[in-house]
Amino acid sequence: MNQPVLHLDRVDKFYGEIDKGVHAVKNINMEVMPGEIIALLGSSGCGKTSTLRMVAGFESASRGRILINGREVQTLSPVKRNVAMAFEGYSLYPTVSVRDNIAFALKSSTVDATETGRLVEEMAEMLEISAILERFPSSISGGEQQRVSLARALIRQADLYLLDEPMGQLEPQLRTLLRSRLKYYIKSRNLTAILVTHDQTEANALADRIAVMEDGELQQYASPDQIKERPANLFTGTFVGEPPMNVFPARATVVDGSVQFELAGGLALRYPEAEFQESVRQQIIELKEVVLGVRPYAVKRREDGAPAQVMVNQWLGDQTHIAASFADETIVLVEHDRVRLSDGDTIAIHLEPDDLHVFDPVSGRALSHGRSMA
Amino acid sequence: MSPVERVLRGLAITLVILFFMFPILWILLMSFQTNETILRVPPSMVFEPTLINYRSLITGKLQTAAGSLEIQFMRNLWNSLLLSTSSVAVGLLLGVPAAYAFARLKFRGSEDIAFTLLSFRFAPPLLVLLPLTIYFQQIGLANTYIGLIWVYQLIVLPLILWIVRGYFEDIPADVEYAYRIAGHSWFATFRKIALPLAKPGIAAAGLLAFIFAWNNFIFALVLASADKQPVTVGALAFVTASGIQYGQIAAGIVLSIAPTFALAIYAQRYLVEGLSLGAVKG
Repeated sequence: MNQPVLHLDRVDKFYGEIDKGVHAVKNINMEVMPGEIIALLGSSGCGKTSTLRMVAGFESASRGRILINGREVQTLSPVKRNVAMAFEGYSLYPTVSVRDNIAFALKSSTVDATETGRLVEEMAEMLEISAILERFPSSISGGEQQRVSLARALIRQADLYLLDEPMGQLEPQLRTLLRSRLKYYIKSRNLTAILVTHDQTEANALADRIAVMEDGELQQYASPDQIKERPANLFTGTFVGEPPMNVFPARATVVDGSVQFELAGGLALRYPEAEFQESVRQQIIELKEVVLGVRPYAVKRREDGAPAQVMVNQWLGDQTHIAASFADETIVLVEHDRVRLSDGDTIAIHLEPDDLHVFDPVSGRALSHGRSMA
Repeated sequence: MSPVERVLRGLAITLVILFFMFPILWILLMSFQTNETILRVPPSMVFEPTLINYRSLITGKLQTAAGSLEIQFMRNLWNSLLLSTSSVAVGLLLGVPAAYAFARLKFRGSEDIAFTLLSFRFAPPLLVLLPLTIYFQQIGLANTYIGLIWVYQLIVLPLILWIVRGYFEDIPADVEYAYRIAGHSWFATFRKIALPLAKPGIAAAGLLAFIFAWNNFIFALVLASADKQPVTVGALAFVTASGIQYGQIAAGIVLSIAPTFALAIYAQRYLVEGLSLGAVKG
């Protein structure tokens, strides 16, 4: 078994006094294996940047242990942790040129001047900043500064690369291009990286595993596919996925050999008992009040389905997004063909039991995904 | 801007300049006149210029109606220069690292210590002077340059500390983190990143401290005897038994404001440069 590059062991972060101040990071446990790219995904203020800064050593952990390659580092200064970091605010040195900004990262290492020059050129080429190497940070755009900051982090030899929103300021086309180059760069050298982002496309495209954070807590830590197919709770389910998962409160009962979900507005979804595992069925019945979740891609139109009224119908060039009023809520469907429907049209909606996610409405915990237990 | 506005503006600026510059101009004119032409009634801008005031200051022989008098003006000027420069140098050496510590490190009582240092500026100098004189006499620091430079830190250090601290606080901490994480020590970070970025602030603080030290009167008056006195105290010698030597006083003033004036003009370029740096966006 390989040793993890990074191991966070019950890490807490308080700003201000312990147990009294702002609890920014709550009891986080996670491991990052060699060669992995991990995305810390979450909305602003969820603690993802605090976590990254604790790993870098700019913030101290209030409790818990941080291990890099098996070595406890929480009391070591940033210099001794051998990590590289790209900062969200770029933090370039204003007094030196772009070239020196990147080269400064190597100044303290054993790399000689010609080799440094070559590495800088190579990195600049990859990140499309060759033309601005002689300029100063104050005279280049935000997107360019961000790439310089990324170059400065990647050029170093480090055990762990910490990238805080490394592509937030880039234009969409460039972002897509650099995303693949960045991934190739990291993967081909077998580097280990943690990426902080609030952009799930970026997380999905780059990361081997995604750590979804909210309110200082790690909600789920799993591969992008797993997070999509088996969200651990209501938050992950609705946060990851574009457009977001449809959710409906429902009352579950068993009537005449069918599992029945009563939705608002007098609607009911009925499925043969056999569609659900015994254990799933039992849990659902026991709980009675549940929340049903279904991905927009999984919502089907079928003649014998439940009625819904179209509110908006948008063709995005490669897919149609339909928003319809369903069970006193809004349901969003995604179809890959161009669908011609007008506002107010009635459609019939069918939800396959395979695509249903059932959540506990109180704790938000997932009970089942499709036919199986969560 | 309409022509009327422009004329009014020009007029206002002229008036302000006249108001503030006239005394300096008058002093300059006085310095080239003898006491007789200065004191004639009515005063006149027309006179026969003479260098006698400057000559007597530089040679140290003051001619009065009561006879010749020895003065040490050049010695005083040199003392001023030595005291101010050394005080500012010591102040920067101690104050800049301290300012960095106050800006970057959070330690117990840091705010209180910084405030205490600032409060030295509130207290009337006489409050500390009398006990200080006694201490200094006992430990042999009275009438020494070192003693004076030490006391001058009361003026210089709070100023440098508070101005430079503000500049350090304005530097985003991440810029320093970025340098530190690349394997540089905190001292290298201080030297290579923080110091260059705070340079305009350090220049401004140094300049202000120099002017404050140069203009100080009371500390040197009490703690120094004739041979260690700066020019501010030395100028008292022009109030002689046979009257006030206006011409020499004027010449003395011109000579004594020259260094600070030159320094201000020289440093102004850097100050403006420093203030506009970073405002240039692509």
